[in-house]
Amino acid sequence: MEAVDLARWQFAITTVYHFFFVPLTIGLSALVAGMQTAWVRTGAERWLRLTRFFGKLFLINFILGVVTGIVQEFQFGMNWSEYSRFVGDVFGAPLALEALLAFFLESTFLGLWIFGWDRLPRKLHLMCIWLASLGTVFSAYFILAANSFMQNPVGFRINEERGRAELTDFGAVLANPVAVVTFPHQVFACFMVAGAFVAAVAAWHLFRTAPAPAAAVGDEPDAEVPGEEQREARRTWVSALRLGAVTLLVAGVGVVLTGDLQGKVMYDVQPMKMAAAEAAWETQQPADFSVITIGTLDGQHEVWSLTVPYVLSFLATGTLDGEVVGIDELQAAYEATWGPGTYSPNIPLAYWSFRLMMGLGFASLAAGALLLWVTRRGRVPTGRWTPLLVALPLLPLLANSFGWIFTETGRQPWLVFGLMPTSAGVSPSTSVLEVAFSMIAFTAVYTVLALVEVRLMLTWIRKGLDEAPPPRVLADDEPLTFAY
Amino acid sequence: MDLPVIWFGLVAVLWVGYLVLEGFDFGVGMLLHTLPRDRRERRVMINTVGPVFDGNEVWLITAAGAMFAAFPEWYATTFSAYYLPLLLVLVALIVRNVGFEFRHKRPDLAWQRRWEWAIAAGSVVPAVVWGVLLAGLVGGIPIDADAVYVGGLAELFTPYALLGGLVTSTLFLTHGALFTALKTVGPLRHRARALALRLGAVAGTSLTALVLWTSMAHSDTVLTLVTGGLSVAALSLGLLAAWLGREGWAFTGTSVAVAALVGTLYVTLFPNVVVSSLDPAWNLTIADASSTPYTLTIMTVVSVVALPVIIGYQAWTYWVFRKRLGTHHMPDDELVAAGRGA
Repeated sequence: MEAVDLARWQFAITTVYHFFFVPLTIGLSALVAGMQTAWVRTGAERWLRLTRFFGKLFLINFILGVVTGIVQEFQFGMNWSEYSRFVGDVFGAPLALEALLAFFLESTFLGLWIFGWDRLPRKLHLMCIWLASLGTVFSAYFILAANSFMQNPVGFRINEERGRAELTDFGAVLANPVAVVTFPHQVFACFMVAGAFVAAVAAWHLFRTAPAPAAAVGDEPDAEVPGEEQREARRTWVSALRLGAVTLLVAGVGVVLTGDLQGKVMYDVQPMKMAAAEAAWETQQPADFSVITIGTLDGQHEVWSLTVPYVLSFLATGTLDGEVVGIDELQAAYEATWGPGTYSPNIPLAYWSFRLMMGLGFASLAAGALLLWVTRRGRVPTGRWTPLLVALPLLPLLANSFGWIFTETGRQPWLVFGLMPTSAGVSPSTSVLEVAFSMIAFTAVYTVLALVEVRLMLTWIRKGLDEAPPPRVLADDEPLTFAY
Repeated sequence: MDLPVIWFGLVAVLWVGYLVLEGFDFGVGMLLHTLPRDRRERRVMINTVGPVFDGNEVWLITAAGAMFAAFPEWYATTFSAYYLPLLLVLVALIVRNVGFEFRHKRPDLAWQRRWEWAIAAGSVVPAVVWGVLLAGLVGGIPIDADAVYVGGLAELFTPYALLGGLVTSTLFLTHGALFTALKTVGPLRHRARALALRLGAVAGTSLTALVLWTSMAHSDTVLTLVTGGLSVAALSLGLLAAWLGREGWAFTGTSVAVAALVGTLYVTLFPNVVVSSLDPAWNLTIADASSTPYTLTIMTVVSVVALPVIIGYQAWTYWVFRKRLGTHHMPDDELVAAGRGA
C-alpha cells in the first residue's frame, strides 16, 4: 500500500464517521428549537419536557460532530498538502467563511443555550437555540459549496506559473449548480434522520409504558390503572411521535424531489458518475433503470438483472427517451482529452452505494407514512412490531452514508474533476508509516467513542422525561439547576 | 499596506484570539488535579469554562481555515510538516471536549474520574504543541525549495521550539489559575491566586528567556524586543495585580502577555511565514504563500463585517456568565447523595 491509499482510507473512515453525527445535529437542533418554541408560545409543559429530553440527546451527539469535524479540516493540510496548495485559493475561502459565519454562531449560542436556562429570559434563551441551529445550516451550505467545487469546478482559472487554481468568481463557486441542488437534498436528508430519531425514541417509550391489556379493560382497577402523570407522559410521547413521523415524511418527499434534480445536474456535469451508478457500459436510448443486477466481481459483465424501462432516461435527462451515455463511450472521450488512463470509478461500489442510498431512503419515507397512519386520530401503536422501530433511525442515517460514499467514490479517479487526479493530491512529506499510524489512532479512538456514545445515548433515552419544574432566572447565591 | 500583509496580521489576530481564550481553558484543564481539594471544587472549575470552551475552540478552526484560504502554501507546509504533533493535538482535543460534555452525564465516580483525566491530558498536549509549532516556524524547520518538509520528527523539537512549548504551557497554567481565581469564590479562589503567583514566576522566567533567544538568534527587527518586552511586562504587572488581590487586572495581564507573545513570534517571522533551517533562500515568504488579491479581498470584506459581530456576541456570553461560582452553586450531586463523594 502507498501513502495515497492509506490517506484515502483514512479520509473515508473519518468522513463517514463524522457524518454519523452531522445529520442528527442539523435536523435535531431545529426540531428541539421547534419544541422549545411550542413551549414558549403555548406554555404547554409537554413541549418543555420534550425540549429538555431531546436537547440532552442532541448535545451528546453534537459534541462528537464537532470534534470529528476538526479532524476533517486538519486532514486537508496533513494528508493532502498538494491538494491544499493547488486549490487553497478557491477551496479555502468557503471553509474559512464556514468557520467565521457558521461555527462561531453554532458553538457560542449553543453554550449560551446549555447554561442559559436559568440566566436568560425565555425568549432570548429561545433565540439562542435558533441561532445555533441556523449556524448548522449555514455550515452545510459552505461545506457543500467547497465539495461541489471538487465535483464540478467553476469560477476559477489555472495559473500555470504557480501551478494552482485561482478564484475568479466567488459568486459562481457559491452558486455552483451542484451545491444548489445538493444543499436542499442534504438538509432534507438530515431532517429525515432527526425525524426518524424522534419518532423511534417516542415509539419505544410508548411501547414500554403501554398499560397491560387487562388493566386497559378494567379487570384490576386498583393495581394497573395508569395515573394522570403517566397518561400525560404518554400524551407527550404521542406528540413527539407525530412530530417525528411528519418530519420524516415531509423531509423524505423533499429528498426525493431534490434528488431527482440532482440526478440531472450530475448527468450534466459528471456523466461518468451517472453511468457508474447504473453500471451502464453501453450508451442507451431510451435507457432502462436497473433495480438490481447480479454481475461478475469486476463489474464488467452482467449475469442477471431486473430493469425498468425509460426510468434512467428520465432520471438523467427529464425525458423518457433521452440518451444516456455509457461508460465505454465516456472512457474513450476522456482518453481523447486527458490521455491514456482509467477514468471510471469503482463500478460495483458506485452501483451498490447508489442503490443502498435510494433503497434505505425510500424505506424510511415509507416508514414515516406508516407511522402517521398507525397514529391517526390519537391512536397509539401497540403492535408487537413496535420495538423494531428502534432501528428506524439507522435507515436514513445509512442512506446518508451511502449517498456520500457514492458521491465521493463516484468522483474518482479525480480529486478535483478534470483538474487533479487523487494520486497527485497527497502530501509528499508524509510517510506510509505516519499515515498508517494516524489511521490506526483515529480508528481506535473513534471506535471507543462510538461505544461510549451509544451506551450514553441509550442510558439517557431510557431515563425518559425529567420532572424538573420550569426554568426561572436564579438569584445570585441559589444553586444552579444545571451544571456540567 | 498590501492585502497579503494585512492577512498575515489577521492570521496572527486569529491565533491571538485562540490562544488567549483557549489558553485559559487549557490552564483550567491542566490544573484540574492540582487546585481543587475535592470533587465539588473540581466541578466548580469545570463549570467556569463549561459555557465557553467550545466557542473558544472555533478560533482555532477559523485560524486554520484562514491560513488555508489566505496562505495555502503556509497551511499545506505547516500542517504536513507537523503531522504527528498535530495528530496528537487532534486526539487530545477530541478526548478533552468529549470529556467536558460526557463527564457529568453519569453519576459514576470511576466514569467521572476517567473524563477528568481526559480533560487534563487533553489540555496539556495542545498547550505544549502550539508553543513548539509557533516557535518552530520562527526558529526554522527543514523545508526544501518547494516548501516541502524533508526532516524527521526530531527536527521539529529543537531546543528553541521546546522552549516555546515550555513558555506556552506555563503561561497557560498561570492564565488558567488566574481565570479560576477570577471566576470562583471561597478557598478555591485563594488557592488559585497563590498558585498563579508561583506558576507565573516559572512562566516569566521562561518567557524572558524565549524573548531574548528570539531577539538574539532569529530576529533582525527591534520589534521583537518591543513586543517581547511588552509580553514580559504585562505578565509581571498581572502577577503584581494578583498579589494585590486584583484578579480582573491580573487576568488582563496574562491575556496581554499571551497576545504579545504571539505578536512577538509573528513580527519576528515577518516577512516569512516558515523559516527554512536548510537555506535562507528557501524560506517561505508571505508573497510566496499568499492567495490572489481577489480571494483576499472577499475574505477581508467578510471578516471586517463578521469579526466585530463575533467578538460582540462572544463578549456577551462572558457577560451572561460573569458571576463567580462556588461549591454552593453546584446542583445536587447524585454521588454525594449516595454517600460516595470523596
